[in-house]
Amino acid sequence: MKTNNLFNQLRCQLKRAVIGASAALALAIPVAQAAGPDVGWPEKEELKFGFIKLTDMAPLAIAYEKGYFEDEGLYVTLEAQANWKVLLDRVIDGQLDGAHMLAGQPLGATIGFGTQAHIVTAFSMDLNGNGITVSNEIWQQMLKHIPQESGKPVHPIKADSLKPVVEDYRKAGKPFKMGMVFPVSTHNYELRYWLAAGGIHPGYYAPHKGDTAGQIDAEALLSVTPPPQMPATMEAGTIYGYCVGEPWNQQAVFKEIGVPVITDYEIWKNNPEKVFGVSKAWADANPNTHIRVVKAMIRAAMWLDENNNANRPEAVKILAKSNYVGADEEVLANSMTGTFEYEKGDKRPVPDFNVFFRHNATYPYYSDAIWYLTQMRRWGQIDQPKSDDWFMQTAKKVYRPDIYAVAARALIAEGKAKATDFPDFATETGFKPAQSEFIDGVTYDGTQPNAYLEAFDIGLKGDTVL
Amino acid sequence: MNKAASIIQSIGRPPAQTWYGSLLARLPVLLLPVIGLLLFLAVWNGAAKSIDTSLGQFPGPAQVWQQAGTLLEEHQVQREKADAFYLRQEERNAQRVKADPGYQPRIRPFTGAPTFFDQIWTSLYTVAIGFVLASLVAIPTGIVCGLSKSAYTAINPLIQLFKPVSPLAWLPLVTMVVSAVYVSDDPMFSKSFITSALTVSLCCLWPTLINTAVGVSAIDKDLINVSRVLRLKPLTHLTKIVLPSAIPMIFTGLRLSLGIGWMVLIAAEMLAQNPGLGKFVWDEFQNGSSESLARIMVAVLTIGAIGFVLDRLMLSLQKWVSWDKNSVLR
Repeated sequence: MKTNNLFNQLRCQLKRAVIGASAALALAIPVAQAAGPDVGWPEKEELKFGFIKLTDMAPLAIAYEKGYFEDEGLYVTLEAQANWKVLLDRVIDGQLDGAHMLAGQPLGATIGFGTQAHIVTAFSMDLNGNGITVSNEIWQQMLKHIPQESGKPVHPIKADSLKPVVEDYRKAGKPFKMGMVFPVSTHNYELRYWLAAGGIHPGYYAPHKGDTAGQIDAEALLSVTPPPQMPATMEAGTIYGYCVGEPWNQQAVFKEIGVPVITDYEIWKNNPEKVFGVSKAWADANPNTHIRVVKAMIRAAMWLDENNNANRPEAVKILAKSNYVGADEEVLANSMTGTFEYEKGDKRPVPDFNVFFRHNATYPYYSDAIWYLTQMRRWGQIDQPKSDDWFMQTAKKVYRPDIYAVAARALIAEGKAKATDFPDFATETGFKPAQSEFIDGVTYDGTQPNAYLEAFDIGLKGDTVL
Repeated sequence: MNKAASIIQSIGRPPAQTWYGSLLARLPVLLLPVIGLLLFLAVWNGAAKSIDTSLGQFPGPAQVWQQAGTLLEEHQVQREKADAFYLRQEERNAQRVKADPGYQPRIRPFTGAPTFFDQIWTSLYTVAIGFVLASLVAIPTGIVCGLSKSAYTAINPLIQLFKPVSPLAWLPLVTMVVSAVYVSDDPMFSKSFITSALTVSLCCLWPTLINTAVGVSAIDKDLINVSRVLRLKPLTHLTKIVLPSAIPMIFTGLRLSLGIGWMVLIAAEMLAQNPGLGKFVWDEFQNGSSESLARIMVAVLTIGAIGFVLDRLMLSLQKWVSWDKNSVLR
């Protein structure tokens, strides 16, 4: 922020005088060795990154608080943004150097769904971390259709148990409304996936006809609400349920206004969630800075998962500060420390609910990018049929494992990480092996996007154009 | 206050010669505000206990007082962090110069989050800039409108059209225009700051403009005739006749403008993400922690107190520059 600069500079001058007088003291302060010139000095040292108040912004907060950015010679300011649209616009027009983004945002922006701009990512921020919550009223109606075991509902809860409720609402002429955070958000695709797997149609987009509401043929009407406002919007009765990241599902439990029914870990095991996005122009102008940012964030992610989540309680304390996520510590701790509370009192272990580093969480896999592209096609955000090759090329335009590899190698060379922490960069293709740990059991192979789309009953596929 | 009134008032009053007599006479003036305040605190405390929000109970005076303390504490902690930051930076710069002799070390401002008190400062600064900008436009325009009937007739429809526009309606336009027009590699001010300051300007233009125009057009005819007789030059006429007689009205306008500017600023900061009090309120609302409401209440009271102080400052300024020391200003 520039308005305070003059003021701060004055402070700096004062500080210098003090520092000069206490040089001996300064020498006694241990400062981690600045990274050697093997990566090259950063082109830009003062950076401003945006984030949304969600627990998965943690790598940014940790990299700042633990001095990892400073170790790379970067002076980073972190700033909370009002919503995902503002955040993306500010990255595009250069007010922000980079930001915590939804995995779908760089892809959506690059292919021109919503604001058109070439955004790239070299760092995936986390796996999982979302949940679907319904209001108490809907939960009571769903309960009748959920199988029980020793007095507790059997998890994972499928949308099959929601279907009769939605049908009742439709018969009564009431639209069944749910919230998600952004049209290209992971939450939108996860909520759609879960609904469609239970036979509830979440509606199509048709951008070529100017329809970006995504409610064509919909049985459940999905609309956008910024994450921190989800609980309040549901409490007001505007929506009956939502899909959002933490702490906003646990918040509903604490406020006793709703019940989380499923986590995204159960919808698709170890799904990629947020990425760190920068504009292509910025990445081209500041290659060394970019690598150094990725280095700092890899270290932060390692810290978050170290020793079997041993540092998580400290991370929760940091995130609870009002300038980061700002929610109460106990709400944040509920999901960050490996458990998840469904109904009040029904706390179950979900050790991998928030994964920041293990399972190669930070590596930007092409196959992850392509999964999001397949869902954009499935729901009509990509309105025309595309070839498998197009999916491949688009993923390569946006996801940059090459930059990640340079950063990781530099960390290995500096002794700050081990080669075994990362995929083998010499042989890594960027495609995970075919996965079938989805709630509907469909197998996903990133090299065959069109064949994958054929496997769904609900959704666009092949040559279909709305 | 005129003489007759003061005589009437002094009738039903005990003679105020002795010290306790004067104290007794002033007692109601000193006591009534305290009673009002205590009543308000009691009602607030009572009402707060019966309002249960999803973020917990509505904060009463005690919780708000406690949060005010916490905010002060956070400010001090952040200052310590800033000091450590500058120390570290010196060290790093020295190391960098050792490894890379061509490097020009710089001291960068602290990158930590602004505290509540930093945010008060930003808000004051923003409103001051917006207010000064608006005054620089409004006073000359108002004088022109006051002096020339035709200028007034030409401008009046515009004034009437734009005066009632809410700041929130201006904000998207201002934001887009600032983004498009204000482009530089190393900007002096951040865009969010310019957006908020301009929005404030647009809204606090009108009271000053209208009051200046009215004040200028209502100059005593005798004074104008004197000016004519003496054949004053236009500039001398302006500085010796027009401005002195219009100053009370101009300041009435300025006071109204500053009040509006301060109210508008909070809304503008919320939406423009300018790091001031408005953003503080918005961020706390988004946080939704059990302490958020009390912290917002601290901000509300601070906003009120600052607005009050600003108004008093303008009032003293107005009294100071006004030639008619007997006029009642309140």
